[in-house]
Amino acid sequence: MMKIEAIIQPSRFESVKDALLEIGIDGMTVTEVRGHGRQKGHTEIYRGREYTVDLLPKIKLELVLPDGMVNRAVETILKSAKTGKIGDGKIFLSRVEEAIRIRNEERGESAL
Amino acid sequence: MGGLKPFAPENLSMKRMGILCCCILTLVLSSLPIRAQQPPASSPVTSPAASTSSPGAAKAIADKLNQLDQRVTAAQSSADNAWMLVSAALVLMMTGPGLALFYGGLVRHKNVLAIMMQSFALMALITVLWALVGYSLCFGDGGPVIGNFQFAMLRGVGVVPNADYAATIPQLTFMIYQLMFAVITPALITGATAERMKFSGTCLFMTLWFLIVYAPMAHMVWGKGGFLNASLGGKFPTLDFAGGTVVHITSGVSALVCALYMGKRVGYPKQPMPPHSLVLSFIGACLLWVGWFGFNAGSALSSGGLASSAFVATHFGAAAAALSWSAAEWLKNGRASALGAISGAVAGLVAITPAAGFVDPLSALGIGFVAGAFCYWMVTKFKAIFGYDDALDAFGVHGAGGTIGALLTGVCARMVINPIYGDGKAVGGFDGHWGQVGNQLVGILLAWVFAIVGTIVILKIVDAVTGVRVTEDQEIEGLDITQHGEEAYNLES
Repeated sequence: MMKIEAIIQPSRFESVKDALLEIGIDGMTVTEVRGHGRQKGHTEIYRGREYTVDLLPKIKLELVLPDGMVNRAVETILKSAKTGKIGDGKIFLSRVEEAIRIRNEERGESAL
Repeated sequence: MGGLKPFAPENLSMKRMGILCCCILTLVLSSLPIRAQQPPASSPVTSPAASTSSPGAAKAIADKLNQLDQRVTAAQSSADNAWMLVSAALVLMMTGPGLALFYGGLVRHKNVLAIMMQSFALMALITVLWALVGYSLCFGDGGPVIGNFQFAMLRGVGVVPNADYAATIPQLTFMIYQLMFAVITPALITGATAERMKFSGTCLFMTLWFLIVYAPMAHMVWGKGGFLNASLGGKFPTLDFAGGTVVHITSGVSALVCALYMGKRVGYPKQPMPPHSLVLSFIGACLLWVGWFGFNAGSALSSGGLASSAFVATHFGAAAAALSWSAAEWLKNGRASALGAISGAVAGLVAITPAAGFVDPLSALGIGFVAGAFCYWMVTKFKAIFGYDDALDAFGVHGAGGTIGALLTGVCARMVINPIYGDGKAVGGFDGHWGQVGNQLVGILLAWVFAIVGTIVILKIVDAVTGVRVTEDQEIEGLDITQHGEEAYNLES
């Protein structure tokens, strides 16, 4: 099992979600987050006072998938989240030891 | 305000009515004796009877005319009273929700209830003070500086008009209308002390400020015997139609003194402190604009032509200032912001306040244009140069806008709009009476000095009794939680 954490542009979220649904992935956890990588923020001016806003709003998707589905999911996210500009975000992959469904205590991939 | 003379049209229509009545009276009266004196020669017996009926008929007609006169007076009183009650409500709406929303949106979300509560508390606090002594100190016949206690506890303030101030409306209406000004004036100061003043300190400060700064200033400019009063023969007649000196200079300058005395907010200016909701501020500013019609046009204290004149000037001043602030910002930053546009409108409304019932619409546009650009410079450049933390620009908008407005009133006031010194007598610089600008300067200087000295004394007292500023920990946690025990936005509940 692998966990995919994808940090993407909020404007791309709907198309990423739809694309994942199309390949049969229907479980995900979504968080509104703030952060920045290479993308620099923007400047806001209120009555002459300038603020540099460098933590920008992003969406973080978390999905835990069986090993066999990971590559397709990553490709789908890459395709649907890309705008080609700085600030499109990142995907992190990590191994997951165990998954447990709370309702019936199923374990492993069948719990996903 | 302040007992301005009713505008000519009412007098004219009254006069016309009077002349018409006199004509009818003379016609009727003169025809009666003629008939009586030229009876048919054949019937001399009727003559004595006819001559005795003439005084009775005259009396009946005189009574009728008397009744008519009373009805005309009652009709004018009703019309004026209706507008004045609406105006009083409009001015209250400027404080809550107008100013509360305008300021509330500009602070960070942890302080929004605290700043709104300060405005609201003043609606209650000043009202009670007003009934006890406030109205009397402002409008009682006192000396040149402050009123007396003749109206304390609102003694003698009833439906009978007080002819010194407004001869056509119940004194109760005049009293409640003036109260709304006394409410919003201290509320304006909270813009400078925002996000760091104790609630207990605010209540004590505002009580003292109302008694020590507002009451004398209102009496000097608007009260009977006040030595700046232009309509009741003050020594240095300062033209202040709706409160450029009394409301905006006193509050704005006191705000600056408070900001300097209290020091900067924790983290200012390094830490970003952007407005938490410009939507709230936007709604607040629009409510202020509408409420200002009551503030300025209501200051005619009647519903006639002078009120229209002030209404128009008010609107034009606001519009021109919104444009000039936006234009300045556009040139400087390449964009016109929503906050800039609404701030400009408020600055224009402030500056047109002393001028509203004295200037023509084009002068109002001019005053607005100047005020918008000037206040923009005050809050962006001037504040940055001196580095004081006037959190929501109470001084930059009200102190600066009020001062420039009061000065320009002396330049632009016209006798055709408001012959306050009598028919045919020049009023402002455009009429050729440039001495008025000097009078305005006296009024402005006095308002500045009064506000500075009074506020310093009051701050010292408050500091000794309740303390002025919250602790650093409380400030970081936010005033909503630490001063009032609640939060504005419980989004998870």
